[in-house]
Amino acid sequence: MKKTKLFAVIGTLFLLLLCITFISSDHLDGTNIEGTTSDIADFYAFEGENTDSTVFIATIQGNLIPGEITDNANFDEDVLVEFNIDNTGDFVEDLVIQAIRRGDSIHFFGPVAPNQTGIESQIMTSTIHNVVQISTSSETFISNENGMSYFAGPRRDPFYFDMNRFINIKSGNAAPEGFFTPEESSDFFQELNSLAIVIEVPNSLLGDAPTHILESQGYLNDLPEAYNVWVTTKRKQ
Amino acid sequence: MKNIIFYTRKFSLLLLLAFNLLLFIQCVDDDDNGNVIYQETCDDGIQNGNEQGVDCGGEFCSPCDGSGINFEGTFVQEDIAGRPAVNMIFGFSDLAQNEYNVSSVSNRSTFQEPFEIALEAYHDIYALSLDIPIEELDYETNILNWNANVFTTVLSEYDALQVAPNAPTTYLDADENIFFTGRSLSDDVMDITLKLIFGGVNGNRFDGSNDTPQLTTDAIGQGNRDFSLSFPYLEPALTLD
Repeated sequence: MKKTKLFAVIGTLFLLLLCITFISSDHLDGTNIEGTTSDIADFYAFEGENTDSTVFIATIQGNLIPGEITDNANFDEDVLVEFNIDNTGDFVEDLVIQAIRRGDSIHFFGPVAPNQTGIESQIMTSTIHNVVQISTSSETFISNENGMSYFAGPRRDPFYFDMNRFINIKSGNAAPEGFFTPEESSDFFQELNSLAIVIEVPNSLLGDAPTHILESQGYLNDLPEAYNVWVTTKRKQ
Repeated sequence: MKNIIFYTRKFSLLLLLAFNLLLFIQCVDDDDNGNVIYQETCDDGIQNGNEQGVDCGGEFCSPCDGSGINFEGTFVQEDIAGRPAVNMIFGFSDLAQNEYNVSSVSNRSTFQEPFEIALEAYHDIYALSLDIPIEELDYETNILNWNANVFTTVLSEYDALQVAPNAPTTYLDADENIFFTGRSLSDDVMDITLKLIFGGVNGNRFDGSNDTPQLTTDAIGQGNRDFSLSFPYLEPALTLD
């Protein structure tokens, strides 16, 4: 009896690990990067607690189970995380904020105009440069410099979604019912962590925002001016 | 005579042994050129020797302010994220998803057509399962009055978050008339996205009522997550305790 129970527990854990291995981030991404140290899980950009600032959050290396797997996860010294800001409305980055690990810290550069746009980057070392020690599950380190705030480390994944059901919908296995009822549905990310980089930047360092791209392209009207922002991971060659 | 030969042999053996030992004991100090100490202490992830921080400062390592750390090299894109879940929903093959991840935001026009095909494929799945001819069950203009072409153009060619510095952040709140001013932690971006794909012009086209599939919500909310925290805004990592 006890043995059966043990097998059931091991079986369940194995299935859970198998699921997590296959369902990686973005939140379900191409195999070239899925589960690697450059795999972006998610991206957030919002008005800060100080409303004159903007917060950028990138979650990287998602689906970390609490405990050893979370504790052993770390940022890659060869992977540059780059927050891109287009403040002219042409969908080309005018400013970047770069983040990369060296030792037990993350070094931040910018916001600064990059010397190159598109898929290749160099680190812009001759600009605002700040360092924050990487936090752990039990210790939080925050750095405040030049009006900016910096954080890097494992955090609870803020994303919520019934990912397993979505996979069945995408593959046609949930037709014609679709998603579950609230009683049947389950949040895949409820008990998972990811590595996070959080930066809060005064808007004065981001320049004036352009006309909202969805207004300038004629898709919607009466929108407030807005930066176009995205995050990339780039690996050292 | 026998004894003399024996002792000579013994002496020769000792001499051979001594020469052999000399082969191993060299006086040239070519295994310690100064780099050994540097490498052992400046790259081991712990503060040791006379370092002032972890792998920095002191006699051998780079200064702790980062000024001597190597940041050189060319970095090439491996992943990218703008709006939530675009590649996850509209990338229908590994190849397509991998290509999207290494593409530049301003060079995505080739993705519009496959995205539109994907949009229709989601509808074909339901047509087939409901025994409806696939040409009779297509995407319908959504609550933003975007037809399939406009919708997939926005998703492919303008895949970035628009964040407004002078307005409150909401990914999309049609009731409050706020559209695309950023993405906050509490925004239910998946329900919004599903509604834009499957909701039709009123947002309730496939909402599970009247025997329709339930496709406009995954029925998952933020649960017990706390999105009211100050910087860094995210909850601490979950632990096993």
